[in-house]
Amino acid sequence: MNSKEFIAARVAKEFKDGDTVNLGAGLPNLAVKYLTPGTKIYLQAENGIVGFGPHDPEQPINPFCTDAGENPITINKGGAIVDSVTSFGLIRGGHLKLSVLGAMQVDEEGSIANWLVPGGKMAGMGGAMDLVCGAKKVIATMEHNAKDGSAKILKKCTYPLTGERVLSAIVTELGFFEVTPEGLVLREISPNVTVDEIRARTEASFTVDENLKEMTVN
Amino acid sequence: MVQILNLEEAVRHIKDGDIVLGGGFYANGTPERIIDEMIKQGQKDLTIVNNDGNTTEKGMGRLVAAGLVKKCIFSWCGRMTCLPQMVDEGKIELELCPQGSLAERIRAGGFGLGGILTPVGLGTMVEAKWGERTHLNGQDWLYQSPIRGNVAIIEADRADEEGNLVFNLTQRNFNQIMCYAADVVLVQVNNPIEPAGSIHPQEVHVPGILVDVMVQA
Repeated sequence: MNSKEFIAARVAKEFKDGDTVNLGAGLPNLAVKYLTPGTKIYLQAENGIVGFGPHDPEQPINPFCTDAGENPITINKGGAIVDSVTSFGLIRGGHLKLSVLGAMQVDEEGSIANWLVPGGKMAGMGGAMDLVCGAKKVIATMEHNAKDGSAKILKKCTYPLTGERVLSAIVTELGFFEVTPEGLVLREISPNVTVDEIRARTEASFTVDENLKEMTVN
Repeated sequence: MVQILNLEEAVRHIKDGDIVLGGGFYANGTPERIIDEMIKQGQKDLTIVNNDGNTTEKGMGRLVAAGLVKKCIFSWCGRMTCLPQMVDEGKIELELCPQGSLAERIRAGGFGLGGILTPVGLGTMVEAKWGERTHLNGQDWLYQSPIRGNVAIIEADRADEEGNLVFNLTQRNFNQIMCYAADVVLVQVNNPIEPAGSIHPQEVHVPGILVDVMVQA
């Protein structure tokens, strides 16, 4: 399991039977692969679906049945289609249990930046700013450090924000941090990593749960 | 009363300088035949409102590539390769709007509301550039203005002669709400237009009273 798969597998442990969940493209989307057998979740997509799964390769592709990344999908038995207004009513209105997003930077106040690199192409935020507002739990996922080794869990995000003080938790390959009103708390630590090592690779300050657990996956 | 026109006559309803709401999420739900004809007729200085613009070869992005657009309101436009340079050179104005706020602003425009108050975008570039923070009922909100179009261009799966529309699965996306928010609603209907009564009233997604012009695709 590489680090992205490990993060995705840890996120999957957050899924409880009956949860409605929106998973961002890329890493968050991987989490469905690690769903605990017997746990049923309802995947929601921004373009207006509740209850779908991957396209069945045995079936023809229907161009009118796509997810928010324009991938062909299968709507589950008992699934539902809504329009864009209602789809974001579900998101913003607190009807999702969990929203999982990829992140470029996060900070100790629970803010997240994931849509624009300063000086980069203005591609837009899509549904990301909506997806960090309203879900019962908002989880940012990312590799702990940038390719050049620099910290991505910061005291304050330097990239343009997606949302201010919106996160519930941050999951990286090194650990699971909960965002609390008192700041970040390291709740779980990956095997073969020390707290000192995490501190050295993190700019934000955080406290360590006195019952710190090992981060394990199914 | 809804009119059934050929493509050329239908697209003549669009004028230079119009605000055009375009349904669709990438290719799904995008009325490509109407866009073909818009490029042929060449109405210019348009403001286009669409989820993503898709690309410069497909979707509303083609209008940008054809030089017919002065302003875009999108939630995302990462596939529109020509846009960043056009924006940098001042040839086109780009307003970005969070996807759910975009839908809700169109709803406000179509439902007679003065705008929306949302938590989405607070503390971000959306507040700095396109919104206004306000404090009501003990909470901060971002005010965003309503959006209306002179014309909405829509793709539907089925329609009857009364203009009642049905969408096919996720083709619905922005198409449904945009029918409420434009002076002229122009619909590309993909299946043969059916006699009134063919669509059960409780299966109608958009009531025909909202639809002005239908084109048989």
